[in-house]
Amino acid sequence: MSEYSFTGKPVRKVVEKVIESSLLLCALSCILTIFLIILFIITQGMPIILKEGPVDFVLGTTWDPYNDIYNILPMIIGTFVVTLLSLAIAVPLGLGCAMLIAEVAPYQVRGIIRPAIETLAAIPSIIYGLFGLIVLVPFIRDYIVPFARDYIAWMPLVGDLVGAKGNGFGVLAAGVILAVMILPTIISISEDSLRAVPRELREGSLAIGATKWQMITGIVTPAALSGIIAGVVLGMGRAIGETMAVLMVAGNSPIIPTSLLSMTRPMTSAIVLEWNYATGDHQTALFAIGIVLLFVIMILNLIIYLGKRKKLNVARM
Amino acid sequence: MEHRYLINNVGIGLLWVSGCITVLSLLVIIVYILAQGLPVVTWGFLTQNPASHDRAGGIFATIVATVAVTLIAILVSTPISVAAAIYMAEYAGDSWLTNLVRFGADSLAGIPSIVFGLFGYIMFVHYAGWNYSLLAGGVTLALMALPIILRVSEEAIKVVPDSYKHGSLAMGASKWQTIWKVVLPTALPGIITGVILGMGRAVGETAAVLLTAGSWAKVPGSVFDPVRTMTVHIYTLATENLSMKNAYGTAAVLVIMVLAITLTSNYLTRRYIKKLGGSR
Amino acid sequence: MAAIDTTIIKDTPASPAAAGDYEYVIESKDLCLYYGKTMALKHISMGIRANSITAIIGPSGCGKSTYLRCLNRMNDLVPGVRVTGSSTFKGRNIYDRDVDVVALRKQIGMVFQKPNPFPMSIYDNVAYGPRIHGTRNRQELDRIVEKSLRQAALWDELRDRLQDSALSISGGQQQRLCIARCLAVEPEVLLMDEPASALDPIATSKIEDLMRVLKEKYTIVIVTHNMQQAARVSDRTAFFLMGELIEYDNTRKLFETPSDRRTEDYITGRFG
Ligand SMILES: Nc1ncnc2c1ncn2[C@@H]1O[C@H](COP(=O)(O)OP(=O)(O)OP(=O)(O)O)[C@@H](O)[C@H]1O
Ligand SMILES: [Mg+2]
Repeated sequence: MSEYSFTGKPVRKVVEKVIESSLLLCALSCILTIFLIILFIITQGMPIILKEGPVDFVLGTTWDPYNDIYNILPMIIGTFVVTLLSLAIAVPLGLGCAMLIAEVAPYQVRGIIRPAIETLAAIPSIIYGLFGLIVLVPFIRDYIVPFARDYIAWMPLVGDLVGAKGNGFGVLAAGVILAVMILPTIISISEDSLRAVPRELREGSLAIGATKWQMITGIVTPAALSGIIAGVVLGMGRAIGETMAVLMVAGNSPIIPTSLLSMTRPMTSAIVLEWNYATGDHQTALFAIGIVLLFVIMILNLIIYLGKRKKLNVARM
Repeated sequence: MEHRYLINNVGIGLLWVSGCITVLSLLVIIVYILAQGLPVVTWGFLTQNPASHDRAGGIFATIVATVAVTLIAILVSTPISVAAAIYMAEYAGDSWLTNLVRFGADSLAGIPSIVFGLFGYIMFVHYAGWNYSLLAGGVTLALMALPIILRVSEEAIKVVPDSYKHGSLAMGASKWQTIWKVVLPTALPGIITGVILGMGRAVGETAAVLLTAGSWAKVPGSVFDPVRTMTVHIYTLATENLSMKNAYGTAAVLVIMVLAITLTSNYLTRRYIKKLGGSR
Repeated sequence: MAAIDTTIIKDTPASPAAAGDYEYVIESKDLCLYYGKTMALKHISMGIRANSITAIIGPSGCGKSTYLRCLNRMNDLVPGVRVTGSSTFKGRNIYDRDVDVVALRKQIGMVFQKPNPFPMSIYDNVAYGPRIHGTRNRQELDRIVEKSLRQAALWDELRDRLQDSALSISGGQQQRLCIARCLAVEPEVLLMDEPASALDPIATSKIEDLMRVLKEKYTIVIVTHNMQQAARVSDRTAFFLMGELIEYDNTRKLFETPSDRRTEDYITGRFG
């Protein structure tokens, strides 16, 4: 390149330029892929959304392929509830784990937990699904459901929220499995941002006589908050998009879930479940679910991206 | 004891509890699957094809399918993503373009696999006319592996010390020569780590291959034949309640493959860090 | 401030060295410190008198910060640190097993080289200490914040900006804020590690004025690279070299008639 060579041979310059351009082209392939995905999914699914009307499509409660009615509110709620439950479990657990390895545990313990988390992240979702199907679902059916029926059902509000009937499949099973699956995301990103908090802040806090716990909760965690939130949002994206594990334990009746023990059919599960026999409008409707998924995920991506940019700007100031 | 010491101890105790729960859930899952599945895994199980409508037999065809699909994914994905990584790390600087590509890669990494499946179906199965096939599945998986290989390779290239590059440039090497002869060899272990991680994603993927490669449990004769990967096989066996025993067996083999992949990439990363740490 | 107890020992054992029975607030005896295998402090023995300013000087890397951080056990945070010998606070060895490090640090506060305000409001920075030590009452907090900021000569400058971010004030103000933050928990000793080295001359002189006032109530130990500063503010000065305490004397004596050749070389600028 001209900045490095004194009098480069023209041929070499051309070669360098060609190489650079082809590299650029490859870099652009990422953007192209995203673009194509959005384009194709939208053009495939849009007809149904237009036919049903966007409001009915999203807010209607009937999903009835035989009569060509495609409204997906039950699935949206299913996805929402299952995701919420998984976050409710995974955020405290993951944050605690991240605090442990970033602030408390000796180096060796980190050497155990880190690989464990990486492995957890690498296990295919079908394995989680299988485990959920053969261990978690029977466990819920045989222990949690009777327990809820005998001891929780009488309570006002809580009783309704938990429910008293069920065959083990449903919101609870899906939420628990998902929680384990998104733990690695939350832990590793939270840990990184906890570690990025300057040492001076920790010392300043300890030097006044703060206990370790006061330091972690009062100073380090607030300072790392934006990164932690990014981790949670990313985990949320994973939970919303997860398909196989949820599908295998959610029970899959297309109703609006009313309690922890009731069955549900999140958006992703619906696509796979009905894929085999869906044709025509039905298939288009599955693509339309894809649009909604894509929309939600892209918004989450944007949030993370903007959060990162804002942090960079602050750092520059 | 003062109040806040109690809180401190309880708080720290809770942190340890959450650490234990995390590690324990991993152990329980892996140990359970292996304990159930390993007894099923015999030589015959690995080398025979599914029989009696998947109720018996082995999983040879599905292993072939998984390996083939992964291979295609990596072969397609690696050149593109490594080239993109080189561009991002060495040419683009911190421009709006890098930001855009990075946003693209991050978004791609976040897109649910089922959406990739839908896209792969419409693009490759339908428009390209490849039908449900090894090729359609492999290329779809390539797109999914792209952001992983890209980001890991980019990091690996970025941490190559400037002194290496300056040394080469100072001898009159061109930028590309420097990248090809100095930067890439140094970054190779890191790039390989990225490729292995991409492999991990491809091996474990279910939903996307189900929608693009189909579910045909025979050894494929060409890349245009439909296949059934191990993951899809587990799904079919378990949800249609055909043979739990074989589902466990397949799962055990899959877990072992994934563990091997994770361990290898961990090992390589550690060696890479050591190597650069030692020579800087 | 009744919530804050003033003992550093959780269960006071019957011991001959009862509180009050000491000549020095802080006294190190034969203190050695190792970072892994390297010995960073070699047999330091020195005593620090109450209500005085003690300066520690010496070339870079001689162990000044390390020694200072021994005095409130901040070195515990560095992995692989080992300490032998003893260092007492009010007659108690702070390296004894039963010492409560958290309570110790409350009584021996520390100000760092780089101002390290927490990313919260000015008010919350100062109130942080009292809050973690159990003060909840708003009026009480207001009182402490005002008093501490006054002591740190910041009140008049910042009284109208208490809810502003602590990161929005100048470096000199930030450093005095950090001092105020320490004062808010009413320590007995203030350790300062080059508190003015990141500041301009005017901000520096403000900090020095502040130290002279604070000395009435507190015991101050300051590490400084600036010999004029040591000569200006301190009562006694210790000269460190390569982990050893070379000379420790009245500041005037040490600067005018040092008894060790190496001290003389250093203060006359012949090396270091
Ligand atoms: N965390 C650490 N691990 C290992 N060695 C350390 C560590 N901190 C300091 N040292 C070493 O201990 C010696 C004393 O360091 P110290 O920071 O106390 O010096 P100092 O007198 O404060 O220097 P300066 O004036 O530059 O601040 C130095 O040789 C330093 O390299
Ligand atoms: Mg120092």
